[in-house]
Amino acid sequence: MAWVNAIIQGLLTGGLYALFACGLSLLFGVMKVVNLAHGDLAVVAGYIGVGIIAVTHVPVLWSIPIVVVLMAVLGYVLQRSLLEAAISRGELTTLIVTFGLSIIIENGLQQFFTANSRGIGVGDSFVTASFSIGSQITIAYLPLGIFILAVIVLLGLQMFMSRSKYGRLIRAVADDREAAQMSGADYRHVFGIAAAIAFGTVAIAGIADGMTTTLSPTIGTDTILLFAFASVVIGGLGSLWGTLLGGIVLGVAQAIGGQINSNWEPLAGYAVFLLVLVVRPQGLTSRGAQS
Amino acid sequence: MSNRANPPGGRPPVPAEGLPDGGQRYQAGGGGPLLEVHDLVVHHGQLRALSGISLTVYPGEVYALIGANGAGKSTLLRTIAGLHHPTSGSISYDGKDVTGLRPEKRATAGIVMVPEGRRLFPSLTLEENLKVGGSFARKGPWTIERVYQLFPWMTERRGQKTAQMSGGEQQSVAIGRALVANPRVLLLDELSLGLAPVIVQRIYAMLPQVLESGITVLLVEQDVSQALRVATHLQCLLEGHTTLEGTPAEVTREQVEAAYFGAGPAAQVEVSSPIPPDPDGQRSNALWPGLTPSSRAC
Amino acid sequence: MTETAKTSLRSEEKSLKVTRSRRNVAWSGIGALVVIVVLFLFPYYVGPGTTGIMVQGLIVLTLASMWNLLAGYAGLVSVGQQAFFGLGAYFVLIPAMHGVTPWAGLFIAAIGAGVVAVPLWWLVARLRLGYFAIATWVLATVVMLVIEQISSVGGGTGMALPGLTGMDPAVLTAYTYWAALIVAVLAIGGVYLLLRSRIGLTLTAIRDDERAARSSGVRVGLARMGVFIAAAAGCGAAGGVLAIEQLQVVPGTSGGVFSVQWTAEMAFAVIIGGIGTIEGPILGTIVYMVLQQTLQSYNAWYLIVLGIVAIAVALFARRGLWGTVDERFNIRLFPVGYHLWAPGESRRRRRAAVQAASS
Repeated sequence: MAWVNAIIQGLLTGGLYALFACGLSLLFGVMKVVNLAHGDLAVVAGYIGVGIIAVTHVPVLWSIPIVVVLMAVLGYVLQRSLLEAAISRGELTTLIVTFGLSIIIENGLQQFFTANSRGIGVGDSFVTASFSIGSQITIAYLPLGIFILAVIVLLGLQMFMSRSKYGRLIRAVADDREAAQMSGADYRHVFGIAAAIAFGTVAIAGIADGMTTTLSPTIGTDTILLFAFASVVIGGLGSLWGTLLGGIVLGVAQAIGGQINSNWEPLAGYAVFLLVLVVRPQGLTSRGAQS
Repeated sequence: MSNRANPPGGRPPVPAEGLPDGGQRYQAGGGGPLLEVHDLVVHHGQLRALSGISLTVYPGEVYALIGANGAGKSTLLRTIAGLHHPTSGSISYDGKDVTGLRPEKRATAGIVMVPEGRRLFPSLTLEENLKVGGSFARKGPWTIERVYQLFPWMTERRGQKTAQMSGGEQQSVAIGRALVANPRVLLLDELSLGLAPVIVQRIYAMLPQVLESGITVLLVEQDVSQALRVATHLQCLLEGHTTLEGTPAEVTREQVEAAYFGAGPAAQVEVSSPIPPDPDGQRSNALWPGLTPSSRAC
Repeated sequence: MTETAKTSLRSEEKSLKVTRSRRNVAWSGIGALVVIVVLFLFPYYVGPGTTGIMVQGLIVLTLASMWNLLAGYAGLVSVGQQAFFGLGAYFVLIPAMHGVTPWAGLFIAAIGAGVVAVPLWWLVARLRLGYFAIATWVLATVVMLVIEQISSVGGGTGMALPGLTGMDPAVLTAYTYWAALIVAVLAIGGVYLLLRSRIGLTLTAIRDDERAARSSGVRVGLARMGVFIAAAAGCGAAGGVLAIEQLQVVPGTSGGVFSVQWTAEMAFAVIIGGIGTIEGPILGTIVYMVLQQTLQSYNAWYLIVLGIVAIAVALFARRGLWGTVDERFNIRLFPVGYHLWAPGESRRRRRAAVQAASS
């Protein structure tokens, strides 16, 4: 049945959205920073992936760790330099700086790569390959793979945050920066690590997106940032698994909307987002009220 | 070296209550002062919070800062910890100038503070709070296990979030978090704040074990009697000035009151004999022969 | 313009004087009038190509003034003003399709955008700074998507603007220019008057210390809503001018009326020129136009450079170009503050005192 398939597809797309969203949620939860350049960074990662594959011809899956490491380093450097300077000057400055970054990246990409879209080829067969459950339901491998990847990433993040030394430190610094300093933690370094992780997840998201659809300079904000933000809000701020839930809700809403009228796909998602914003701005999982 | 030489003035050294034999533990460290503050001036924006404060803490001492609200005690402690920048003056630790050192560097060097109001990490469990405290710990006797020995009730509650715990329990966790870092100087900021006197006494009862492990304590305390019970030396602040310095042994109640509230001439005391020179660092052993004259309470 | 404030400090039986500026406002007023007249006469001695560029500049100037009002005075960083900008264009288009002349459509654009702002405000009013920014971006995207569904106004491809065909091109350019000039003057004048009014005082109070303002009974929410609606109206009018200038309305996020690039341009102009001052957006727009003209052949470079400069200014010279000048020389072309004169003090004495103090 077309509806069931659509919903399943939407559910799996939720995994991609969760990948978009977890980096944004991390940065906001730890540093109270809304990074308006978030989506564009995913696109940058995608383009780097394209470039690496084109130059070195490594298999697609190998490009992921390379790009992740590169982006993580970029994240640390950017945080210690630009973002730290902006954050210390206030929220307004941070918004302006990240907005500026977003515009610069988008236009920069347009300059160097033209407005044409690129894709990360995973082989046509893989993209369209799917399997069937019963006679009615087909599930494509790619979205399923990305969904599984998203779950793995979220699991990894959760493990890191709850078990590791720096995961604890990140949580501690987010709670009370001064108290963490008194325990010997340099909060600038901890923020840098958090940013590196966030950028790393953004990298994975960008490559995954490049595999699913094609990359173009403007989708950074058009789709990625806004979808990521919508997932975070719907799922609840501060909850890692909430971003998965939010992503799924968003994906399913879009799928349903798309079934009714193919033009309504993105609109349906935004409608749900606005609804949540009005009714319950703290999202579906968060317990506290948004101040 | 239990040098209990009779100080001029003829008063025997009186060990502070609850502490083991007064002479023994002062051996720790030896040599020069552990922490020195010279002429510290600190501003909060336009407001002058500290006007030229000096103090010296020797290894093994329990140095208490008392004074009313707003006297500047916590500001002084926070400046020593590195959370405030002094306008002028210097702080030296173990002979090295640390005035410009970042707070986290001071913590790893051995100056660890238990902040006013506990300031535990609310989204972390008890044990995680301790683990964070030990993230950059120095080598030393204190481990999480030893903290659990000090506060046995923690063992069963180690997985609980600290927000639900009572004030006294939170205070213990905060102290534990600082201990795990193995400090040399432990800064205690208003331990008794918001706690019932019984609880406060219980918490201070752990002080001997802390001192035994070689830690020097600099504490801020609003509860004067409590401070007098545990301190080996004390300084009274009033509106950013030092109004009294000495040991609990020879300060009278009237002198403390005068210094605390800033009454006039009663705070001025004659010095019966000059303070003897102290080249071998035995000052922590000897009693001060008298009081240093108070600075005018602004 | 002086208001005498009789206070209880009746020393020397003279009352305290409260004025709006240190020097006579009349001079600035005359100066502004001169500038406006000169600008008005532009089409008579300047070619249509330059006039076209001026129109662009005036549009950005209007937008910048609005963004400055939002972010600099009400603390609302909106990244979605392109919604009202685009809506303004459509509010000129739709009446034009039904025979209403686009010149009158400009009024409809302003009012229409303002009306739409009301429910949109309700959606985002409670959001904190960062959330507010993205939410406005989402709203703008939603508005665009909705309009793109309506095929009667051209759907996703846009539509030409009727009602102006048959006009002599030079005359059309001149009329367009004058419309743009009037909109810009009204916008800046409106902001100036708003800030001098009670609402302006409210906004300054909120800007300085929101909590204190609230506890003093200041209607923070109401003031912000008023600003949001006013800014929407201004952006709508500017959008209407664009529709007339381009003779078409095209939606879409790259180069269309709903492109976020408009917000980027107005935001960067304000930041560079000096946020929180009325003169700032003027200066910023000039910088923007200069950059755009010089880098025109390099496609999107001017936005990149603009962005870099804006970031640098935000980090290292927060008050922007005008703010720095204002700090040094204490000039205000548009005085919105108050100055207190002690009894018996006159301007000459004050100047002497200032000179003595600074020497």
